[in-house]
Amino acid sequence: MTSNAFIAFQKNEETRCIVEAIVDDNPAAVVVDQPAMVKVDVPGRLVIKRATVEEKMGRDFDLQELQLHLITISGHLDESDDEFTLSWEA
Amino acid sequence: MDMKVSKKLGLKERYTMMTRDLAWDTTFQPMDKVFPQVGYEGIKIHDWNAWEDPFRLTMDAYWKYQAEKERKLYAILDAFNQNNGHLSVTDARYINVLKLFLGSTPPLELMAARGFSMVARQMVGAGPRVACMMQSVDEYRHFQTQIHSISNYNRFYNGLDEFAHQQSRMWYLSDGKSFFDDAITAGPFEFMVAIGFAFEYVLTNILFVPFISGAAYNGDMAAMTVGFSAQSDEARHMTLGLECIKFMLEQDPDNLPIVQRWIDKWTWRGTRKLASVGMMMDYMLPKRIMSFKEAWEIYFEQNGTALFTDLARYGVKVPKCFDQTIEEKEHITHQSWIGFYMKPDATPFHTWMPQPEELDWLSEKYPNTFDTYYRPVYEHWIAQEKAGKRFNNKTQPMNCQVCVSTIKFNEPGDPMEMCFRETVYKGEKFHFCSDHCREIFEDEPEKYVQTFISSHAALQGKCEPEGTDVNAHDYRPGARMHAYWRMDKRASGDFNGSEDQKNFAKWRAQATQN
Ligand SMILES: [Fe+2]
Ligand SMILES: [Fe+2]
Ligand SMILES: [Zn+2]
Repeated sequence: MTSNAFIAFQKNEETRCIVEAIVDDNPAAVVVDQPAMVKVDVPGRLVIKRATVEEKMGRDFDLQELQLHLITISGHLDESDDEFTLSWEA
Repeated sequence: MDMKVSKKLGLKERYTMMTRDLAWDTTFQPMDKVFPQVGYEGIKIHDWNAWEDPFRLTMDAYWKYQAEKERKLYAILDAFNQNNGHLSVTDARYINVLKLFLGSTPPLELMAARGFSMVARQMVGAGPRVACMMQSVDEYRHFQTQIHSISNYNRFYNGLDEFAHQQSRMWYLSDGKSFFDDAITAGPFEFMVAIGFAFEYVLTNILFVPFISGAAYNGDMAAMTVGFSAQSDEARHMTLGLECIKFMLEQDPDNLPIVQRWIDKWTWRGTRKLASVGMMMDYMLPKRIMSFKEAWEIYFEQNGTALFTDLARYGVKVPKCFDQTIEEKEHITHQSWIGFYMKPDATPFHTWMPQPEELDWLSEKYPNTFDTYYRPVYEHWIAQEKAGKRFNNKTQPMNCQVCVSTIKFNEPGDPMEMCFRETVYKGEKFHFCSDHCREIFEDEPEKYVQTFISSHAALQGKCEPEGTDVNAHDYRPGARMHAYWRMDKRASGDFNGSEDQKNFAKWRAQATQN
């Protein structure tokens, strides 16, 4: 069974766009709504693409801005200017 | 593909230049004399440059984002206070979860800050040193913001003002204190596994994710913002812990048995510490989002299995206690609440019996255990309370020599039997809550014989307020524990009839009427 990579954010206007971007870029994403927070599970590998987030927000976005809203993550992290990736080895 | 030409350096290059390239090797003194602690634990490191820092956070970016977090946090805290936010929480019982949470956590954050600044000095590579330094500053921030949060509630409610004094003296605060004392007196690598892995990965996920989401659900914007703001740093902390484990395993195969022993030990210690967090979720939040059991399944069983499946490639095995924790998730929160309820004079927060619909919620969430083992206890106590005989156990608890939890959990496989272990070391008998704690003791007895357990020490006349004559003929050990704890009498006892309950009702009425 593939393990879930996940990420959780505080719920706000910025993260609404980020979550929309994740859903677009990760077809297997499952969004879990909880009071004041939102968690997204993706089997195996979750990627956040800067370009998609920028499109959703209508402004430039630095992936390190994710730090402001992060609650928790699961998976090995790799971060570059363009992609923030969480993954588990099967 | 995006071919936009950037004037700035890429993230990886920027990180390398601003972190690695600013470090140097010492020449007046050999490196192993400058950094002796990394060798004490038997961990073999061949190449410190192989350390990965996946967040690639440079110091300038760190300050920028942390400042932004603080601005957001204090804007919300100000708004909460200006708006008398404390009166918008579900009901006054909720305040007691804050007393327990905010009364026990800040000193642990401070210990984490101290520990990470030590480890930042002790580690050799620039990557881990900078990451530890940042974590130390983060933990100091958590310590401060939690205390600011306490002070807002302390103006209105009893029992919050002596948390710093009580930290080293109060029976139920000893488990957290001993967790950090144990970690900070270990070597740098064990500290990283204890805090970076067990505390951050296992504990804070449950403490700050479902529990804080629960605080939000109960209308407490202040605890929510403090909790989530702290948790926004935790993703980085967990990553550091995980990175350290991978680094040790990749550097030398001889590291595996050492790392495995630490994973076994600290997962168990983290689990024990979680019993009271789970209890807060199941019993102290008037409105609940999920049970402790459900949170445990998501954040420990599934998430832990993901991690251990992944680490299996290095030969790491699932922690020894894994199966026991799965059995215990159905029991520990109930046993903890029973333990607290029965000692109404010994906590600076109130306890109470669950209301009928809360009992039903517990039955629904714990179908395998609640009605069989715990509902009958509560029904008996509710009847006693109605008859004017609220149960009150005035004796000192007995605590485990390793985890310092009160000995109250059940024997594996037998919920009707209390689990109790002992061992004799140098002619003295020591007591434990479990096989795991006994094993931890037997690995390092010289360390754990030193554990300070106030409820035991009190019986030896060692926990007395100043001026007590322990040789007086009428001296009774432990008789003045309240003075020793600096306990505010108004803050103890049952919630029903408490000053907090009356004040809250009065203030809420004032807020809604003329
Ligand atoms: Fe912290
Ligand atoms: Fe932390
Ligand atoms: Zn124990």
